Amino acid sequence: MTRSTHYYKLPNGLTVHLKEIHTAPIISNWMWYRVGSRNEIPGITGISHWVEHMQFKGTEKFPAGYLDREVSRFGGVLNAMTHLDWTTYFETLPAHVFEIGLEAEADRMMKSPFNKREVNRERTVIISEREGNENEPLFLLGEAIQMAAFSEHPYRYEVIGLKEDLKTMTRDDLYQHYQRYYQPGNAVLSIAGDFDITSMMEKIENNFSEIPPDVEFQTAIPEDPPLEVEKRVTVSGPGETSYVQIGYRAPSASNRDFFTLTVLDSLLTGPSSLNMFGSGGTSNKTSRLYRALVESEISVSCHGSLQATKDPYLYSIYLTVHPEHTPEEVLKAVDDEISYVLDSPVAQKEIERAVKQAKALFAYSSENISNQAFWLGYTEMFDTYDWFENYIDHLSEITPEDVLDVARSYLNPDNRVVGFYIPEQG
Amino acid sequence: MSPNMVNKVYQQHSNALPGPDDITREVLSNGMIVLSRSNFNSPTLSIKGYLHSGSLCDPDEKLGLSYLTAHGLMTGTEEHDLQSLYNEIESVGAQLGFSSGTLTTSFSAHCLSEDLELILGLIAESLRKPTFPEKEFNRQKNQVLTALAIRAQDTSAMAALLFDQMIYHDHPFERPEEGFVNTVQMLERDDLVDFYHRTYGPNQMVISIVGALEPARAVESVRSVFEDWQNKNQETLPEVPEMLPLQKTSQKSISIPGKFQADIVMGSLGPHRLSPDYQALRLGNNILGEFGMMGRLGESVREKRGLAYYAYSSLSATKGPGAWEMIAGVNPANTKKTIRLIREDIKKFVSEPVTAQELEDTKSYFLGRMPLSLESNSGVAISLLNLEHFDLGLNYFLDYPQQIQAISAEEILHASQKYLDPDRLAIAVAGP
Repeated sequence: MTRSTHYYKLPNGLTVHLKEIHTAPIISNWMWYRVGSRNEIPGITGISHWVEHMQFKGTEKFPAGYLDREVSRFGGVLNAMTHLDWTTYFETLPAHVFEIGLEAEADRMMKSPFNKREVNRERTVIISEREGNENEPLFLLGEAIQMAAFSEHPYRYEVIGLKEDLKTMTRDDLYQHYQRYYQPGNAVLSIAGDFDITSMMEKIENNFSEIPPDVEFQTAIPEDPPLEVEKRVTVSGPGETSYVQIGYRAPSASNRDFFTLTVLDSLLTGPSSLNMFGSGGTSNKTSRLYRALVESEISVSCHGSLQATKDPYLYSIYLTVHPEHTPEEVLKAVDDEISYVLDSPVAQKEIERAVKQAKALFAYSSENISNQAFWLGYTEMFDTYDWFENYIDHLSEITPEDVLDVARSYLNPDNRVVGFYIPEQG
Repeated sequence: MSPNMVNKVYQQHSNALPGPDDITREVLSNGMIVLSRSNFNSPTLSIKGYLHSGSLCDPDEKLGLSYLTAHGLMTGTEEHDLQSLYNEIESVGAQLGFSSGTLTTSFSAHCLSEDLELILGLIAESLRKPTFPEKEFNRQKNQVLTALAIRAQDTSAMAALLFDQMIYHDHPFERPEEGFVNTVQMLERDDLVDFYHRTYGPNQMVISIVGALEPARAVESVRSVFEDWQNKNQETLPEVPEMLPLQKTSQKSISIPGKFQADIVMGSLGPHRLSPDYQALRLGNNILGEFGMMGRLGESVREKRGLAYYAYSSLSATKGPGAWEMIAGVNPANTKKTIRLIREDIKKFVSEPVTAQELEDTKSYFLGRMPLSLESNSGVAISLLNLEHFDLGLNYFLDYPQQIQAISAEEILHASQKYLDPDRLAIAVAGP
């Protein structure tokens, strides 16, 4: 992963990040915008995700279906995702035809019409997407936890948005959101694959240089005060299985504590893969919570999730409750393990093990070109690419005292929301 | 760009595709087959393989036996208990797991290439010396029972299960590998031991290793841990019976109260993987429910009417009768309407040939996709296993463009008519 990258800005403010990789005749092209549920307010929750859907409805130059069809015609892959801090669009294509994606991204940055009829047709598709999510107990629980964990910050809402907002948002709301955030200065173009940087820069210049620079706007994201006391939420629904989710308020990705919390997560619930594509990951049967809860049959499974975000978000632990136990018993067993971490420093050897695991997970990510292009842009959404390049070094510097300090700062009950999913048939 | 042009580009890059020149295939004296291909782009390896044991061997009343046996292999061996085994794997950031399907029991690992011998040693140990500790067995059984309780709440899994029961009525493929609550409850630890001794062995077992290593090292490493493995009692997998297609359309529903979305799975039997119709049907399925934004189904159900977030089709072909499924997740109020729309699409699909444009597009898609699917070590490792499993020959990838190019719209139509009939469909719905 140490190949050099090329990073620059166009005069209109578009950030470009390129990396040549000549292992396969493929290019992966990603267009990132700094907009996600973080930029939403009550009444328009879910709007960033809906805008993303509308970006597939075509423009004057490239009508609806054009991009899907062209990319598919060459066996390529395309998709888009909206998250807390960002929205991204990607196309991975055979190298000789990759410009299809580049042209379409340049075009739809500012030229999507947001036709009213299309907006209304998409409304039911998105409500259907939400209803699919609502079928999942962990979605319902997660939504309740986010809402309890934040009172001001937009991380309070799920990316898909509240159903009532999805029913009432208008075409003009969507178009306004699009115009505001889809501008070159708010975007990052990241490309990796089989090209040479000089000719790629020319192609980017040809496609993007005529897009006008940003109209300035200000976004004030409200901050949330610390939680101060533990909160509890209970969600009930169909099924016979109970779930526990514990969400601790976590540091932002650029905070040094984030790396330490990564190590702590690795010890507690097993190393998480940072890759969003391709292979990666390992099992977590030697992690502390697995041993304490799953081996002793208090829970059936456990895992952790720490996400790299721009503002402080959540570190969550998820547990499926064993049918012969209760959520309260699961919570108590987790707390016993956490108090052990709070009382005694972890061994240096355990930290070294977490670093070795992270290194292996990094090596897997270099197998896949799409994944490498992803990293070139993703890190820009919450920090800079240095974050990625220095990741292993940061982990290697962590001491047992750091782990103890961070555990004491973040993993205390006053800093968390505990959620139980209680089945109605249970 | 025309398919001919794509074809040309494909040929230019054909050196990137696995072929007889760079795939190593070696048969060991105990019948095991080793496949390997080098890729030094990253210091990693993908190791995958399978042996001929699966849920086809499960008695009806003990369905889930093969599944639990495969998942029990790593719960303890003659040399490691569960914790020490996983400690070896997780400490180096590797992954190893076993799973069982109807016809095969397979394993999959990835690791840094420096850890090849470690991981291969653990694969061999798990396969050759499992002890199935009683305590771990009981825990695992409970985990499966919980997974089955979760499955019972999963609308898409339940619709798929119901669909299989409809198209494979009284055929072994109607049975889910994980079993049912009552069959899993019947299982004892000794059943696993017995199943293991009867069905596990090296005969025609296949292992594929792809990544940063010389194939000779792969072969020697496999040889050193596997070649002296024998099981004279290993049973041959029973033959997969044929299945007659449905005679009329029927619809069944499962009610899962409290859910917000209903899942629909409808369709019919599909081809055997080695059927001469297979490639034509693969192209046809792509046009019907995959290409672009989920093909014709995506266009009529999602794009034109906004009825669903997903509406697509899927063709699965293996040894024995396959399945051709049309799948959608909808608001329960739209179930009937969606089924009607999909049926109309099917009707049109089997009444007139696909357009020249559709045919050209889908051919381009399959030719262009090949390098992408072979981008990662695991992608190549899976492809090598498929070559072996279906006896496709090492030239398969090199001959592939000609195979695809030769298919006509009429062939797709005729092949589709053999399998898909709008008046003989199984329709399964699970929802509130």
